[in-house]
Amino acid sequence: MQQVPEFDMSRRDILIVGAVSAAGAAAPGLASGQETVAAPVVGKVILTINGTARALEVDLRATLLDVLRETLKLTGTKKGCDHGQCGACTVIVEGRRINSCLTLAVMHDGDKVTTIEGLGTPGDLHPMQAAFVKHDGYQCGYCTPGQICSAVAVLEEIKAGVPSHVTADLNGRPKVTPDELRERMSGNICRCGAYSNIVEAIGEVAGVKA
Amino acid sequence: MRTFTYERAKSPAEAAAAVARNPGARFIAGGTNLLDLMKLEIETPAHLVDVNRLELDRIEATKDGGLRIGALVRNTDLAADKRVRKDYGVLSRALLAGASGQLRNKATTAGNLLQRTRCPYFYDTAQPCNKRTPGSGCSAIGGFSRPLAVIGSSDQCIATHPSDMAVAMRVLDAVVETVRPNGETRAIPIADFHRLPEKTPAVETVLAPGELITAVTLPAPVGGKQVYRKVRDRASYAFALVSVAAVVQPDGGGRAAFGGVAHRPWRVEAAEAAMPRGAKAVTDQVFAGARPTEQNAFKLVLAERTLGSVLAEARG
Repeated sequence: MQQVPEFDMSRRDILIVGAVSAAGAAAPGLASGQETVAAPVVGKVILTINGTARALEVDLRATLLDVLRETLKLTGTKKGCDHGQCGACTVIVEGRRINSCLTLAVMHDGDKVTTIEGLGTPGDLHPMQAAFVKHDGYQCGYCTPGQICSAVAVLEEIKAGVPSHVTADLNGRPKVTPDELRERMSGNICRCGAYSNIVEAIGEVAGVKA
Repeated sequence: MRTFTYERAKSPAEAAAAVARNPGARFIAGGTNLLDLMKLEIETPAHLVDVNRLELDRIEATKDGGLRIGALVRNTDLAADKRVRKDYGVLSRALLAGASGQLRNKATTAGNLLQRTRCPYFYDTAQPCNKRTPGSGCSAIGGFSRPLAVIGSSDQCIATHPSDMAVAMRVLDAVVETVRPNGETRAIPIADFHRLPEKTPAVETVLAPGELITAVTLPAPVGGKQVYRKVRDRASYAFALVSVAAVVQPDGGGRAAFGGVAHRPWRVEAAEAAMPRGAKAVTDQVFAGARPTEQNAFKLVLAERTLGSVLAEARG
């Protein structure tokens, strides 16, 4: 174990012999038939996921998304593009929606994370989940957890007065309008094309006709 | 993604020293661009210095009536700040025109300035790219060049800088404040911050190894009508083909900077005296010496028309 400031991590170098000797003939740089491959470096992190504190040891390379899905088995959050382009991985961290695929779990020590599993349950749906069901805001459902986490946070952003690209008056209060919802939800892609129903569902939760 | 080691910095100077001390180290803040590139192994840092816990997340008034924006202020918070909305509307507008809500919640002020190009060949590790692998060649020259630079490019690279925020900061005469590994600080006018590609397209800014951005300062408000107009292939969540950040004064004078056209925000101050005479008088000078490709020559026409539209709106 090697101590790094504020942080425990360990690193082992593994000598790989068998795997490389098999490929030795095609790897001219490896005259000895041996290669040193770095093993994963791990770190400790405490995350509060949907209200429960979890102490975890994670590969430093693990994204928040991978820790949610693979370590904690919270598979509601989806991996779509894994590059921040589709929004399927959207979760709410410290009250803000982010792409969980583009952040390392180890960067979130002490943070509170809300996933789709933390918004509601099958017997007690969050109003946004109920509205998506009512308005048929999905077909295949793959993007839906990200859409719903994003939508919940969008209404909070509007309430907090955060402007958007389509807000006409930068110095006024933004309103919930179909244009505002479409713009603010542009980081969540739905390949089935349920957009109009998604906008209606969000509008209903906000108490406006979208 | 390649393995790396990781530490959390305790002060800006320590962070700078940590990156300078570890070969192949990088700062990580929002991570939205760096992690994307690390997954593709375009960026392969051996060590990450996490600067997220440094207290560089405030926006403060300066003595001369301007604002000092901490390097870690998230794009959402900068765009929503009441002082920025009221006095630097072009900056709010530029930020809100970029990326998605999720990304703006993570992306930082300094990281936005340091984001890498979205040139398709920079992202395609199977193709030569002088920016990704110096000396390997430029696949964009003679390739798919529609989104790429029309001016300030070189025989080595025709990439563009993708930021919207930086274009607004250029028109507002922002200054980038940094700390070096030895603890020295300096202030770099944004006009001098980003480099042109020339013979070393992999070197994108004037920052020294380990030098950390601590803040961006804005001079006192310049007033005027402030407009950011971005033309892109989709209505939202797309990079600019051409963008214009402009401040237009009641007498018809003003300033304009252009995005999506060069390796850095493109502004020619000497051309701004022509603004009362209309867009073409300005863009003829701003784009003098342009070297567009057959595929992106439309950007020169688009830049003139976009500025024309901005001037019409400002004078509306």
